[in-house]
Amino acid sequence: MITFFSYMAVGLCFLMFLSMYRVLFGPTVLDRLIGVNAIGSKTVILLLLIGFLYERVDMFVDIALAYGFLNFVAVIAAARYFHKRKGLYEESFMD
Amino acid sequence: MGETMNIIVIAFLVFGLFLFLGGAIGIIRMPDFYSRLHPAGKLDTLGTLAMVTGLALYNLHHISIGTILVSIKMFLIVFFVSLASPTATHTIVDAGMRAGLRHWTKKKQRG
Repeated sequence: MITFFSYMAVGLCFLMFLSMYRVLFGPTVLDRLIGVNAIGSKTVILLLLIGFLYERVDMFVDIALAYGFLNFVAVIAAARYFHKRKGLYEESFMD
Repeated sequence: MGETMNIIVIAFLVFGLFLFLGGAIGIIRMPDFYSRLHPAGKLDTLGTLAMVTGLALYNLHHISIGTILVSIKMFLIVFFVSLASPTATHTIVDAGMRAGLRHWTKKKQRG
């Protein structure tokens, strides 16, 4: 079962690299923000899996909860920061 | 008890990973900013619910007060994510709308 958990962790890392494409090559800033949000919500699960691998899940569940809070605050703050920037995205329309 | 519980846990985890895979493919392949938020907002929430349910069931192999408390904390993570992920998605959409980001239309063949 532990080996299955490590396979699940490797699969989650692969999906995080897939989402990393949108972070690196996103046309607008908000696309990169979507990628960051997706990677953060996968990282919470990855922390729980690491807790099961180390058999210290009673500690890692607190870390995962705190990471979820921090990820949420970071995404909200970045989205509010790019709130009133008109004209920032005009070069991204590829037509 | 043990074998059937392991099979249920594996089913939950594989289902959650499948949902995460769908979300990642949707984030890569969708044509537009607004349509990319659709898989990012929904599939991540349900994938988190499925995977955390599987892990919390696996944590209850031997039932004591400590493992029950840890499982309750895991469902607290699910509760928080189900509140926070739609809020974050709505905030990103709001920022895009206020910045004047136009949505994708189908007729773009060089008019």
